[in-house]
Amino acid sequence: MPDQLLFGMEVFLNGLMAGVLYALVALGFVLIYKASGIFNYAQGVMALFAALTLVGIMEGQVPFAHLINAVFGTEVHHFGWHLPALVGIILTVGVMVVLAWLVNTLIMKHLVNQEPIILFMATIGLAYFMEGLGDLMWGADIKKLDVGLPQGINGVIDTVTYDIFGYGFFIDNLDIWATVIAAILVIALMIFSQYTKQGRALRAVADDHQAALSVGISLNFIWVLVWSIAGFVALVAGIMWGAKSGVQFSLSLIALKALPVLMLGGFTSIPGAIVGGLIIGVGEKLFEFAIGPMVGGATENWFAYVLALLFLVFRPQGLFGEKIIERV
Amino acid sequence: MLDATQDGYTTADGRKIGGVVMEMKNITLRFGGVVAIKDISFDIREGEIRAIIGPNGAGKSSMLNVISGFYVPQEGEVLYKGKPRPQMKPYQVARQGIARTFQNIALFEGMTVLDNVMTGRLNKMKTNMFQQGLWKGAAEREEVENREVVEKVIDFLEIQNIRKTPVARLPYGLKKRVELARALAAEPSLLLLDEPMAGMNVEEKEDMSRFILDVNDEFGTTIALIEHDMGVVMDLSDRVVVMDYGKKIGDGTPDEVRSNQDVIDAYLGVAHD
Repeated sequence: MPDQLLFGMEVFLNGLMAGVLYALVALGFVLIYKASGIFNYAQGVMALFAALTLVGIMEGQVPFAHLINAVFGTEVHHFGWHLPALVGIILTVGVMVVLAWLVNTLIMKHLVNQEPIILFMATIGLAYFMEGLGDLMWGADIKKLDVGLPQGINGVIDTVTYDIFGYGFFIDNLDIWATVIAAILVIALMIFSQYTKQGRALRAVADDHQAALSVGISLNFIWVLVWSIAGFVALVAGIMWGAKSGVQFSLSLIALKALPVLMLGGFTSIPGAIVGGLIIGVGEKLFEFAIGPMVGGATENWFAYVLALLFLVFRPQGLFGEKIIERV
Repeated sequence: MLDATQDGYTTADGRKIGGVVMEMKNITLRFGGVVAIKDISFDIREGEIRAIIGPNGAGKSSMLNVISGFYVPQEGEVLYKGKPRPQMKPYQVARQGIARTFQNIALFEGMTVLDNVMTGRLNKMKTNMFQQGLWKGAAEREEVENREVVEKVIDFLEIQNIRKTPVARLPYGLKKRVELARALAAEPSLLLLDEPMAGMNVEEKEDMSRFILDVNDEFGTTIALIEHDMGVVMDLSDRVVVMDYGKKIGDGTPDEVRSNQDVIDAYLGVAHD
């Protein structure tokens, strides 16, 4: 096989892996949008906040250390412990649940039945607030996140592909793990939504508030649950991105890449978020590989958005979104 | 008229009506300066079909919303099964065994008929999320039991052939029936129907009337309903409350109400001089 084709295949596989990470962020958007009609601009920041909190807890950082030291003139920075990743993750999930409860109780509960644009504005405010809170709690420096997932080139794939094609594929172990974990997460979410009482209640609330109340569903409970799940998905996304490129504040910008993913996949479809993420991931890598050199590169910055624009023109509901029907 | 201390009564067609299930005491509901309900008291007895009627804007729907917890009255007391009911959210009222339908149909449009009716059973499920996710043992048995109740209701209301159809595709009359099925699936001790016949043609009205009577007869369900169609109300109900401009102007059997001068005036209008 010619080298160009083999290299293209490798790019394709790496694109799939990158797409999984986009899909993970997009998934959080879809969950909240489906259940409450809120487009949660803060989803990317939630991923950042979750990752910061996880690192902070694992490394025994004192939250608000700078603030405490400035006010009381103390010198505290660390509790002096190092927790295993699993304990850290469980505690972080707890933090995200509390956060979900706070978001619902302090903000969303008071905005029920408001226009979507108002809810959207509220989440923009939430995004900036959480970014500031994350900074204040854990500091703005880039942190290394190691939850014990294997990193580096996968030797088996390298050897096998070398034996077959005479060209070893470079696939990162971390990407493989991200794919496996994302798959498990999606299956778990599907099971939750289809087979559990809470999942049914969630779908009911997404459909009609009044009717949901009349069959005895507590809207507040469902909303806290949805924000908690979105927080959990954000944590998973945060771990993957954090492990790949360090926990830094530019992480919140990956939320922007989730937008074209959603336009492709549709705002209301979980499979859509996955497929959309994969298409964007593969598309931008292959485009950069094939067309990039002709136009001077850096196509990855805009490819996704142009693709999304095309979709908005020709298929505004996305690949899997609910069809937009206006009755006159 | 009956007083609340009585144990019950026997209807003209020989059905035994039991004690008081729901009692409204001096209910007053205001929206700002508008008095929607003014000092109304009445009761609903076990096993009866109780109608609330009145001209447009009389406050009937408001009254139903007070019973189901969607509105909180400023004054008065709600007694459920003999005990004063504290202020509750609508979902808590539903969990106490009060199911309802809506005037403008509130169904889960994206779900199938079967899924819609199954939501009526949500609060009967006791196993936890993880058991249900694994779909084994207790969770599976529970699902099967609840499914049986639901299938019975679906059979009863003759909607077997549309079980798997998404609700959004159904015509209006069938949607109303699905909504009734969902309410029935909860096996309520009090069923509230907000204009179950609104917007239906004659045939659909007859069907719905038959179902309401059958539900009451077969399951002994206590039903309180609001309706505009006087003919339907008089045929269906055991006792009728008549409201006008937020006030109660009549209460009694259909015959008593029909011969009540205030009621006749409210419906036919009266010369102001």
